[in-house]
Amino acid sequence: MILNVKYRIGKSRGMQLLTILLSFACVVPLILILLYIIKAGITKINWHFLVNIPKPVGEIGGGIANALLGSFIIIVVAAAIAIPIGILGGIYLSENKKTTLAYWCRLSVDILQGVPSIVIGIVAYFWMVKPLGGFSALSGSVALAIMMLPIIVRSTEETLKLLPDSLREAGFALGMPFHRVILKVILPCGFSGILSGVMLSVARITGETAPLLFTAFGNPYLSGNITRPMQSLPLLIFNYATSPYNDWLNLAWGASLILLVFVLVLNISTKLIAIKWKVQL
Amino acid sequence: MESTVIKSTNFSAWFGSNHAVRNVSMEVPKNKVIAVMGPSGCGKTTYLRCINRMHELTPGATSKGEMLLNKEDVYAMHPIFVRLKIGMVFQRPNPFPNLSIYDNVIAGYKLNGIKIAKAEKDRIVEHSLTRVAMWNEVKDSLTKKGSFLSGGQQQRLCIARAVAMEPEVLLFDEPTSALDPISTSTVEQLFHELKTNYTLIIVTHNMQQAARISDKTAFFYVGELVEYDDTKKMFTNPRDLRTQNYITGRFS
Repeated sequence: MILNVKYRIGKSRGMQLLTILLSFACVVPLILILLYIIKAGITKINWHFLVNIPKPVGEIGGGIANALLGSFIIIVVAAAIAIPIGILGGIYLSENKKTTLAYWCRLSVDILQGVPSIVIGIVAYFWMVKPLGGFSALSGSVALAIMMLPIIVRSTEETLKLLPDSLREAGFALGMPFHRVILKVILPCGFSGILSGVMLSVARITGETAPLLFTAFGNPYLSGNITRPMQSLPLLIFNYATSPYNDWLNLAWGASLILLVFVLVLNISTKLIAIKWKVQL
Repeated sequence: MESTVIKSTNFSAWFGSNHAVRNVSMEVPKNKVIAVMGPSGCGKTTYLRCINRMHELTPGATSKGEMLLNKEDVYAMHPIFVRLKIGMVFQRPNPFPNLSIYDNVIAGYKLNGIKIAKAEKDRIVEHSLTRVAMWNEVKDSLTKKGSFLSGGQQQRLCIARAVAMEPEVLLFDEPTSALDPISTSTVEQLFHELKTNYTLIIVTHNMQQAARISDKTAFFYVGELVEYDDTKKMFTNPRDLRTQNYITGRFS
């Protein structure tokens, strides 16, 4: 009997140890990536790097200003398209749980989430680039907006579903019309959850390369025109990292670090926002 | 001369095919406290929610019959207007968690986009909180969030929020069932004071409470209004056998 208990305790300890070890294993890849990119990229980043565009092969220096501006514009436009649609869709789903439209909407959003990004890129190419007769940042934004949609819709829906019905009823009982209950009661109470969803979706698309390959296409010069091709960080990394020139490889390392830090900051601030602005129910 | 505020005639309500309220006809006199009691699932809450048209917000819910507020058909008015005239307090306190105590009291104005002057707002807030005997407790913490108050205070805040709209009728759906005994007695005292200005209809599953607070009592059983009379008469000499069985505790 005694032996049996000892064996059980030992087995339990072993299991505990295994879970601890494997948890560490989850952290290791991120740390390795971070260390490697920081080591390779940190020396390349300076003011000159941030405000100049790439120089032709052979010339010293050059920066990634065009990719920074391009990424910023493409993401802002994508967010401007996806946020209103996503939040309104999420509101519909949380308010109408059982309608046929809600069923199909939920299903298509779930499937959309699983569609490979390169497929979305091709679709955007046939929808936007071909009819409009040329690559454009706008078509890239549309492709990215499609990728953001499912995340925003689902996070909005999940956030609003957690709000108690009594809150809606409190609004209705005061004679508030539906749109005011949504705008003044439901949305403010679910604000932190919805904002986290939006920020996560931005973090998710910031590094997307595939949808931009045949839409925004890339541009070696500084451009702010969304109807023309535009450079972006992932495209720059994709093009320059595969080039044989050392100068361009350096640009790619620096851009990788900036991209990584941006996504990291976005993820961490999402967590902070969720804590700080959470409405105490 | 007693005047009637709410009058329902042959009023029925359904959830899908479930006939929850059956042909209820009753008149509610002005400035009285009416208790609506009955066992769980007897349709008392559903009937209450039909009075200010909250019932129809539930998917699949329907109703039929006549419901009058001061001789005006409630179901011919716009529901928003009805709910401004007939305030409601729920079973669980539900202050708006994103608003301060001050804003919670004037939520009916603020969230409806009704513009009023600051001085008028201050007056409404003070008046409403005084009506629910809370002004002295919270006058120094009006900017704090309403959800930091205790359960009993939150419920009184919700009553203040309803009172601030100056409705004609106040509906209470088991207002004390989520509260401790001390908070319950505070809220019960309020009913006596509130009836000077308003007509109160209170759903309760607690018979002692009905006996303590009400002028008239309605007894619901399986969706029907079995008996409706002065509270004293109801508890001493009920007409119907079912009422008698209920108040003597033979079923609950």
